Amino acid sequence: MSKTIQEIQEEIVDEFAMFDDWMQRYEYMIELGKALPLIDEKYKIDENLIKGCQSKVWVHAELKDEKLVFTADSDAIITKGIVAILIRAFSNHHPSAIIEADTKFIDDIGLKEHLSPTRANGLVSMIKQLKMYAVAYQTQLK
Amino acid sequence: MSIATNNIAFNVDEIRKDFPILNREVNGYPLVYFDNAATSQTPKQVMDAIVDYYSNYNANIHRGVHSLSQEATDKYEGARRKIQQHFNAEKAHEIIFTSGTTHGINLVASGFASILKKGDEILVSALEHHSNIVPWQMLCEKTGAILKVIPMNEQGELIYESFEELLSEKTKMVFLNHVSNALGTINPIKKIIDKAHEKGAAVLIDGAQAAPHIKADVQALDVDFYVVSAHKMCGPTGVGILYGKEEWLNKLPPYQGGGEMIATVSFEKTSYAELPHKFEAGTPNICGGIAFGAAIDYMNRIGFEAIARYEDELLDYATLKLQEIEGMKLYGTSREKTAVISFNIEGLHPYDIGTLVDKMGIAVRTGHHCAQPIMDFYKIPGTVRASFSFYNTKEEIDRFIEAVKKAKSMLS
Repeated sequence: MSKTIQEIQEEIVDEFAMFDDWMQRYEYMIELGKALPLIDEKYKIDENLIKGCQSKVWVHAELKDEKLVFTADSDAIITKGIVAILIRAFSNHHPSAIIEADTKFIDDIGLKEHLSPTRANGLVSMIKQLKMYAVAYQTQLK
Repeated sequence: MSIATNNIAFNVDEIRKDFPILNREVNGYPLVYFDNAATSQTPKQVMDAIVDYYSNYNANIHRGVHSLSQEATDKYEGARRKIQQHFNAEKAHEIIFTSGTTHGINLVASGFASILKKGDEILVSALEHHSNIVPWQMLCEKTGAILKVIPMNEQGELIYESFEELLSEKTKMVFLNHVSNALGTINPIKKIIDKAHEKGAAVLIDGAQAAPHIKADVQALDVDFYVVSAHKMCGPTGVGILYGKEEWLNKLPPYQGGGEMIATVSFEKTSYAELPHKFEAGTPNICGGIAFGAAIDYMNRIGFEAIARYEDELLDYATLKLQEIEGMKLYGTSREKTAVISFNIEGLHPYDIGTLVDKMGIAVRTGHHCAQPIMDFYKIPGTVRASFSFYNTKEEIDRFIEAVKKAKSMLS
């Protein structure tokens, strides 16, 4: 039985709880960013770009066995780290679970500052985009 | 109502006491504010003017017969005269209060819609802020005029020869900034204004980035329009001015209709008020205008020569120190520039650097700085921009350099 989005989020929160200061948190995010599996180059196209980011973020979504799989990339490494966290939480789940998932864990791991709509990295836009894909693919499943 | 001109000796420690915000902490570190090109910080003297207005003589201006209204009107018009003197405009009514630079540009662009004809040409520089590109594009769509771009070179300077080639009898207007916001380049505006006038073209100079560093003399420049924002020069946000030569302002139609801007109104015919009221429809930002005057006073008390000298020192120091960092690439290396450094480090995204130095209490700007054409020229997504003001110090630059090095080691 694979983990629910909720369970994965809790796991991520636990991991981040080990860090004492911002520097460790960001070093970890940078590591996650570097480890993010690369998106197929053919998907790095303008249609897959997320608007509202200071750095470029491409997200591609694909349905596999009724589960939505995300791949993504960014030209900025911290943004890539944030994308990696989101993908770990949201990828490989049924679209309806993605639509329903809440995003409170972002607060809990000390990335709340990135949630403000004024932040140029567009975390809010990223989450919105992932959920939009889920909505679109859910209608396909029906 | 003269501007205070008696320069006090330049003492940055004393000056910093005027800016309460410089004492605060950000993310657990003392704030280092290097985003002055976006907005400058506000000295107590300007805050006092704002508090004084609301505490003692808040009233609507120009129409009231009561004392408060007259007091407010006197102060507001006094601020206009201070600004007039500061920019050496011939007449006070050539100073139009606006909500800021963007408003001033739009006011002129919209007015030219009734002057331009299909096939007319307007020139804009490659160094512009989006606010000095988009209104002209809209104007061209409306009128059928053609927008042409004066190119820049690798150092971030306009290519004067190309400007001369582009300029013709068809050119009706030339628009450029006095100082580039993204790179800090100081453009040779006097030369460009004179040349443009030879062909009968009007010139609008966006002075938003120059105003905090350079005291422009609009008569000596012979410029047709000069626009600035108060908030870049120690004043509040939401207020600025458009300087326009009287003959041009008389030629342009009003920008907005409303109260203040009329002489008489009937349903058959409305006649417009005299300058400057023709362009100041509705209740203006009274407090903002007065506070802008206080900001001009404040900066003149320190003195623009002293400010420029000190900021140049900061710029040289920071440039030297930054270049010691491996992989450093500076953008905008004109010898004529204000205290702005735009840079990238090889292999790193400006956004990552900006995010990490912010965690260390340092405010810089990252991104395209609303000047995407410049970024396209260098084929980069953006830069990190540190912009200094007269209240910054070399110690702050040292902390900034350390933070950049730390960010680099974290990201590499």
